[in-house]
Formats: sequence, C-alpha cells, structure tokens
Amino acid sequence: MNADRRYHVLIALLAALTLMLFLLSLTVGPAAIGFGDSMAALVSARAGGIALIMREIRLPRAILGLMIGATLGLSGAVLQGYLRNPLAEPGLLGISASASLGAVLAIYTGLSAVFSLALPLAALAGAVAAVLVVQALAGARGSALIVILAGIAVTSFAGAMTSLALNLSPNPFAALEIMFWMLGSLTDRSMTHVWLAAPFMLIGWIMLGSLGRALDALTLGSETAASMGIELRRVQLLAVFGTAAGVGAATAVAGAIGFVGLVVPHILRPAVGARPSRLLPASALGGACMVLGADILVRVIAPERDLKLGVLTAIVGAPFFLWLVFRTRRSLT
Amino acid sequence: MTLLSVESLSVRLGRRQVLNGLDFTVEAGEFIGLIGPNGAGKSTLLRSVLGFVPVEGLIRLSGELSGKIDARARAARVAYLAQEREIAWAVPVETIVALGREPHRPGFAALTAQDRAIIDASMRRMDIGAFRNRVATELSGGEKARVLAARALAQDAPLLLADEPTAGLDPAHQISLMRLFASLAADGRSVIASLHDLGLAARWCSRLLLLDKGHIVADGAPAQVLTRRNLRDIYGVEAFFGEVGGAPVIHPLDLARL
Repeated sequence: MNADRRYHVLIALLAALTLMLFLLSLTVGPAAIGFGDSMAALVSARAGGIALIMREIRLPRAILGLMIGATLGLSGAVLQGYLRNPLAEPGLLGISASASLGAVLAIYTGLSAVFSLALPLAALAGAVAAVLVVQALAGARGSALIVILAGIAVTSFAGAMTSLALNLSPNPFAALEIMFWMLGSLTDRSMTHVWLAAPFMLIGWIMLGSLGRALDALTLGSETAASMGIELRRVQLLAVFGTAAGVGAATAVAGAIGFVGLVVPHILRPAVGARPSRLLPASALGGACMVLGADILVRVIAPERDLKLGVLTAIVGAPFFLWLVFRTRRSLT
Repeated sequence: MTLLSVESLSVRLGRRQVLNGLDFTVEAGEFIGLIGPNGAGKSTLLRSVLGFVPVEGLIRLSGELSGKIDARARAARVAYLAQEREIAWAVPVETIVALGREPHRPGFAALTAQDRAIIDASMRRMDIGAFRNRVATELSGGEKARVLAARALAQDAPLLLADEPTAGLDPAHQISLMRLFASLAADGRSVIASLHDLGLAARWCSRLLLLDKGHIVADGAPAQVLTRRNLRDIYGVEAFFGEVGGAPVIHPLDLARL
C-alpha cells in the first residue's frame, strides 16, 4: 500500500526532526559550549560547570519542550477528532485557563514565593477542578456540543477570576509576574518540573493514544460510531481526562502555550490522509517539533530579552489562523 | 430464525411519549419497510433497537436481550445506516468502507485477508470500486450515500437498520438501493428501512410496519397495509392504486378531503 508507506516515511521524518531539534535545543544558550563538549558533559560522570549547565538547565528545558509539545499536539488531534471540528484545541475544555488561574492564585497569594512547587501544584489543582466541572456539566451521556459549552463556561469563568487577581494585585511586581507567567515559557525550569509533569503527561498520552480507532469511527458521526461498537461514554472520559492530565501538567510547568494544539494537527492532516488515528502520532511528534523549534528561536532571536515561548507560538499561530479563515472562505464560495 | 423481537417497547423522550407499547418480531429473510407520517416514531424505533435511547420493554437481538450484550457484540448483530450522511474528514472512500470491519477487529490487529475480501465485495455491490481512492468529502450526495451503504454492508451483520436510506437519491439510485436490500433479504439477512416513498415501499418490501403516533397501526404485506383507508386516515392523502406485473403501484395524488 502506497499510503501506508508514505505514512511510515512521514513518521520517521518527524521523529528524526524531533531528535534533531532536541539535540539542537541542548546546544543553544547564553553559555557558549561546543556540541561535542556539551554532549560529553551530559553523559560523563565528572561534575563541572558545563555538566551543571547541561544537566540542570538545558536538559530539563529540552525534555519539557519535547513533552509539552507532544502533549499539545496529541490532545489537539484527539479533540479535533472527537468533536469533529478542525477548530478544536486543548484550550477549549477550559483546562489551560483553569490551570493558569491556579498558578495565578499561587503568585497572587505569595504562596509561590514561599514554596517553589506551590505554583505548578496549584495549577494542577486548577486543571483538576476544571475537568471535574466540565465532566459534571457534560454528564455521562454528554454530547460533544455540551462538552464544548461546558468548556467555554469554565474558560470564561477562569479568565474572569484571573483578571480579578490582576485587578486586585497588591503591587505592580506581582501583576507583572502574573502577566509574564501567563505568556508561557520554558526558561529556568529544573528537573523537579520534569518529574512533576512527566507522570501526568504519560497518563494523558496513554489515555489519548488509545482513542485512535474510536476517532476513526467517529468520522461518520457519533451514532454511526456507536452502532459500530464504539462506547461514546468511554471515549468522552478518555478524551476529557487525558487532555486534563496532559495539558494540565503542561500548563502547570510552562504556562499557557497557545496555537500548537490547533495548528499542528491542521498542517499534518492532509499528510496522513486525514485519518484521525494516524494523525495522533504524527501530531504528537509535530507538536514536539514546533515547541522545541520555537523554544530554540526565542533563545536565538533575543538571547538577552527572555522572549516568551507563548508569544512566539501565537505570532506564528495567528497568521496561520487567518490563512485558515481564507481557505475556509474559498472552499465555501 | 428470529433476528429481532420487540416486546411492549415504550420510549419517552423528555415529556413526549414517542413509542407506545410496540410488539413485533423480525425473521431472517424479511425486508421490512417502516412507514408512517413525520413524527410517528420511525427513527426512534430504529434508534432504540441500537441502544441509543433509554427504553422500557424488551428488545432481543438473535434471542439475547439487547441491554445485556456489549456494544461490539451488538455491532456484530446489527448494522445501522444513519439518515445524516456525515463524513467529517477528507478520508479516501476505501478507508470509510473499511471502518465497517471495526467491530470484528480485535485489539491492534490489522485487516485480515477475509476483511479485505468483505470490503471489496461491499464496494462491488454498491458499485463504488471505480472511485475507491477518491476523497469521500468530494463526492456527490448519491455517491456518498452509496459509500456509506457499502460501509454498513462491510459490517456484515445479519440485521441492517436503515433510516430513510433513499432520501435525496435519484430514481435509479433509489431503485438500486431497494434492490440491494431485497437481495440481502434473499440471502437470509433482514433489513428494516424507514421510508417515506410509499411507491418504493409497496414495490420492494416484503412486509410493512405502519406507525402512527407511537403505535403500530398496521403490520403485514404491502397490499394489506397500504389501503385507501390507512392512507386517508393516517397520512391524510388520496392515492392512485394500480398494479404492474403483479406488484402493487401506489402514488399519492392529493390531500384527503376530511
């Protein structure tokens, strides 16, 4: 089968690109360390300045970029397939907004200054709260439409509370810190962040990754899928909780990074013959490439200014969105 | 063999009693036309057999209670051709038809040679082999309907439920679909299709179930069900009745004068 071979080649290419960007990410930074030296420092047993930079600063940053990108790409592909809507993205369920709210509250109350893990933990709590509310609103037999509406309600409420925290923030520095955090970044993350996020993301990947065949069947609508033996309740639970685990953890350690989950499945869909099950691995790898690439770019473009990752993905994402609007308009006329 | 038996089936959706104590059985080899005015409960009846709506009463699929078998086992016994011809993504026709094998595939197994043979046979039967590699979203309405029918055939279940399968099709495709259903019945399967075209129902179905306001008001051979009186009382129309080569011909002419 020609289409099968093309798909395997695509996956191999994306995997190679991901690996390349991961290695590149390890070698980019303010400390000028050669490629050979940095790789040697990463694996050698000897401690030293270079080894410290590699292991404590660059490695966690590259790992988080990889994991977060894969999570966003995967959950975007799952949600677009589940809702049968090309405009769906991980933020739709209100999980990123609520995780952000949790983090903002940690900054606002000063808790994050007392105890550094308070911020990601509060963000995770926010994600959990959001998913429980969405699931309760959607109900066991919940239709995709109800899930979207519940997500919108949660997103706007969390957004309003975040604005309130900004509005009432005790001093401009706190407000600035909140603003900066919300832009999304991988700067100065440690292995602690990796260990905190990894289990949730892994669970999220397993839940989301198991949905391939169900999403293929859902191409023909939810009732036809149900008549083919797909249990819609199970699909909804896995999609919602899988996204919550993965995206909640991603937001907790890196802030809200937009557009990756929307753009990546879109770009890759034609390349996999539009089959939702094939889009999942492709989109996970594509997401990892996009976040790793963007995180390299922020360091290359403005090494001194700490350009935020979320800003860059939005700068790339928004014009893409416009292009999408134009293309949709063309296909309608 | 009894493929479907329904005992005192009632369905309530919100405050509306949509189905009210239905009893009937479907034997292998029957092609049943489910007819009745809009809102009579035809679609709800099909959907309740598939387990999409909460029901009161007993539904048995090949002797087993419908509520007791899981979704995949049910899918091996009954296939469904939905009224909405939804295809969300630009997927090739062959991939759509292959989805019919979903309930028969364990775990991560790839399609077997037998699966492939069934997929090919289904495409041949619906005459869509010529555009098997085309993208499903670019097809015409009639082509899409045939692709989705082939998908339902590939599910290879003894019972097929089709919700207004002929809606939106040209006469040739309507007739070829009815022929297909009749030939499935001749092979020992059963088809239940909800229909609004009484001419097609009279010509091709072996049995008709006439529904009105959630009740079965007539059940039997087309000539027994499609009487002047039923058409006037239930549908509110006057019709032309004729016969061609022993088969009934019915065509609604005007609203009945009350």
